[in-house]
Amino acid sequence: MKENLIKTALIVASTISILTTFGILFSILFEAISFFELRSFWYFLTGTEWSPGIPGSKFGAVPIFAGTLMITFIAMAVALPIGLGSAIFMSEYASHRTRSYLKPVLEILAGIPTVVYGFFAAITVAPLIVKGAAFFGLEATFNSALASGVVMGIMIIPVISSLSDDVIKAVPDSQRKASLGLGMTQGETIKNIVLPSALPGIISATLLGFSKAIGETMIVVMAAGLRPNLSINPLEDMTTVTVRIVDALVGDQAFNSPETLVAFALGLALFVVTLALNIVSLSLIRKFKEKYKVNTL
Amino acid sequence: MIKKKNKNKNNPFYDPTLTKRHRSSKRFKTFTLASLVFSIAFLVFFLFDIIGKGTPAFEQAYVNVEVTYNEASKKSYRKAIDKKYTRIVSRAWLRTVPMLIEENPELMGKTIKTWVLADDQVDQYLKGHYFKLKRKDRALIDEMKAYGDAELKFNTIFFTNGDSKTPEFAGLNSAIIGSILTLIITMLVAFPIGVMTAVYLEEFADDNKFTQTIEVNINNLAAIPSILFGLLGLAIFINLFGLPRSSPLVGGLTLALMTLPIIIVSSRAALRAVPDSIRQAGYGLGLTKIEVTRDHVLPLAFPGILTGSIIGLAQAMGETAPLIIIGMIAFIPDAPGSIMEAATVMPAQLFTWAGMPERMYIEKTAAGIMVLLTILISLNALAIYLRKKYEVKW
Repeated sequence: MKENLIKTALIVASTISILTTFGILFSILFEAISFFELRSFWYFLTGTEWSPGIPGSKFGAVPIFAGTLMITFIAMAVALPIGLGSAIFMSEYASHRTRSYLKPVLEILAGIPTVVYGFFAAITVAPLIVKGAAFFGLEATFNSALASGVVMGIMIIPVISSLSDDVIKAVPDSQRKASLGLGMTQGETIKNIVLPSALPGIISATLLGFSKAIGETMIVVMAAGLRPNLSINPLEDMTTVTVRIVDALVGDQAFNSPETLVAFALGLALFVVTLALNIVSLSLIRKFKEKYKVNTL
Repeated sequence: MIKKKNKNKNNPFYDPTLTKRHRSSKRFKTFTLASLVFSIAFLVFFLFDIIGKGTPAFEQAYVNVEVTYNEASKKSYRKAIDKKYTRIVSRAWLRTVPMLIEENPELMGKTIKTWVLADDQVDQYLKGHYFKLKRKDRALIDEMKAYGDAELKFNTIFFTNGDSKTPEFAGLNSAIIGSILTLIITMLVAFPIGVMTAVYLEEFADDNKFTQTIEVNINNLAAIPSILFGLLGLAIFINLFGLPRSSPLVGGLTLALMTLPIIIVSSRAALRAVPDSIRQAGYGLGLTKIEVTRDHVLPLAFPGILTGSIIGLAQAMGETAPLIIIGMIAFIPDAPGSIMEAATVMPAQLFTWAGMPERMYIEKTAAGIMVLLTILISLNALAIYLRKKYEVKW
C-alpha cells in the first residue's frame, strides 16, 4: 500500500519533464496562434520588412532569420575548427595527465555566464573590431555581427570539444594500431581512420553547437543590433530571433498586441528549429554509441 | 647528402613522399595544439580584461567636508553642505541627510566634518579615467587632495546598497538577496523532483515506451534554448496562474525546470555507480525494493547527487535570459522581503548596469562579474572537492 504510494509519487515526478516540454510547446503555440490571427503566417515566414511599433506595422521575419544564421555561421566558423582541434589534441596527443588538467580549464569557458560574455563582447571585442576594421580601411559598427559571432563561437568551443573528445576517445585503439602498423603517420591515422569513425559524434556535437548558437540570447542582446538588416557584411549590425523576442517583451505594449505576441511566433520558430537539430543530433550520437558499444550515457 | 640519397635508393621500402608526410603530420599536430592554446589564451585575456576593468570599482572616492545638521538641511538636503561642494558630493548621499537626522536626533544643530561619498565624476577623476568636471571643481578636488581631504577608500557601498540611478550609490546587495531567494525556490523544486525522477528511471522503471519518452524528453529539455523557458514562465506562471511578475517565486520555478535535466542526469549516473551487490544483499535480508533504495542505494549515491545539484545550481545562478522575459530586470533599489515581491538577480543586475550610459557603471558591472565568477568558481570547486572526497572505488 505505502510502497505503491511512493512508486506513484516517483512516476508523477518523472512526468514533470514531459509536462515541461509540452508546457513550453503549448504556451508558445497558443500565443503564436493568437499572433497569426492578427497577422499573416505566410508574410511572417517570407516577408522581408520588419517594422513593429508604427501604424500598419509589418512582421516579415526573413531579415531576422538571416541575421540569426549569419551570427550562427560566424560562431561556428570560430567554434568548429578550434573546438575540434582542441578535442583532437586532448584525446590523441596529450598525455593522460595533461588531459586531466586541460579539460577542466576548457570547461571553465562553458561555465562563464552568457551575460558576462555579452558584456565582454560589447565592451571589449566590439571596439577592437571597429579599430581592426579601420586599420584595413573598412567600416564596422559597434554592434557588428562579427563581435557577437566571435564571442559566441568561443562560448561554444567547450560544447564541441567536450563531446568530440568523448567520441574520439571512444574509437577503439585497435583501429589506430592497425593504421600505424600499416605505416601511416599519426596525422594520417587521425585524419583517415579516427575522425571518419567518430564522424557521427562530431556531426552531433556540431549540431548541438549550432542549436546553442541559434538560441543564445544574452550575447546578442548586449552586443548585436536591433535593426533588421538583410546583408552579408559581417561588419554591419544585424538582429536575431532571440534579440527580437526580448525586445518585444520588455516593451510596454499591451500583451495582446501583435508587437508583443510576435515574441511567441519567433519563439515557436526557435523551438521547432532547435528541437529538430537536437533530435537529429541525439539520434546520431546514439548510432555512434551502438556502433562501438560505448556505455557513457 | 649524396650518400644518404643512395642509401634510400637501395631501400626497397623507401617512400619518397615520407618526409612530406611526416611534415604534414607535424603541421596537423601544431594546428590542434594551436587551437587549444587559443582557447586558453582567450580565457586568460578575458580574465585579465574583466579584472582590469573591475578592480577600480572596489575603491570609491570620498571627500572630507563639513556637514551641517539643522532644521534647514532637514527640509532641503542641499543646505547640509557648503554651496561650493554641491557638485563634488554625491547627491544620492545628500538625500540621506534628513533620514540621518531622524535616526540620530543628537546630531541636530551640529556641524561636523565627516567623510562623505563623492560624486561619480570626482571618483572617475581621481582614478584617472574619463571625467566631466568643471575646471573650478577640478581645482577644488586637487586642493582637497593635497590636504588629504579627498581620497579613494574601500567601497563598502558596493556590497551594502541596492541598485541606484546614481552610479556611485549603486550596489549589489538587493541583487544578491534576490539571487539567494530565487535559488532557494529553484533547489526546493528541482532537487526533489530531479532525484525522484532519477530514482524512478534507474531503480524502478522497466524499459518501455513510457520511460523511453521520459528519457528522450530529458535530453531534449537539456538542449532547449533558455529563453524559451522564459516564455513558458511568462505564459504559464504569470498569465495563467497569476503569480506576481518579477518575483523570485516565478524566477525560481522557471529556473527549476531548466535545472531539472542536469540534476536528473547526474543523479542517474550516481545511482548507476552503486554496485548491484548492495541491492542484492538488501533483498537477501528480506528488505523491499523501496527500503533498499531508501536506506542503502540513495545514501551511497548521495555525494554524486549533491555534486550534480551544485553544478546545476551554479548554472541556474548565471542564467539571465529567461529572467529578463519574466521581468526580473526592473529597477529594484531595495532587497525583496519575500518571494512574492519584485526582485532582481545578480546577472540581471549586471545586464541592467551594462546598459547604463554613465562610465562608472562599466566599472561596477565588471566588478559585479568578478563577484559572480568568484561565487560560481567556488561552487564548482566545492562540487569537485566533494566528488573527490566521497569518491568510492567499488
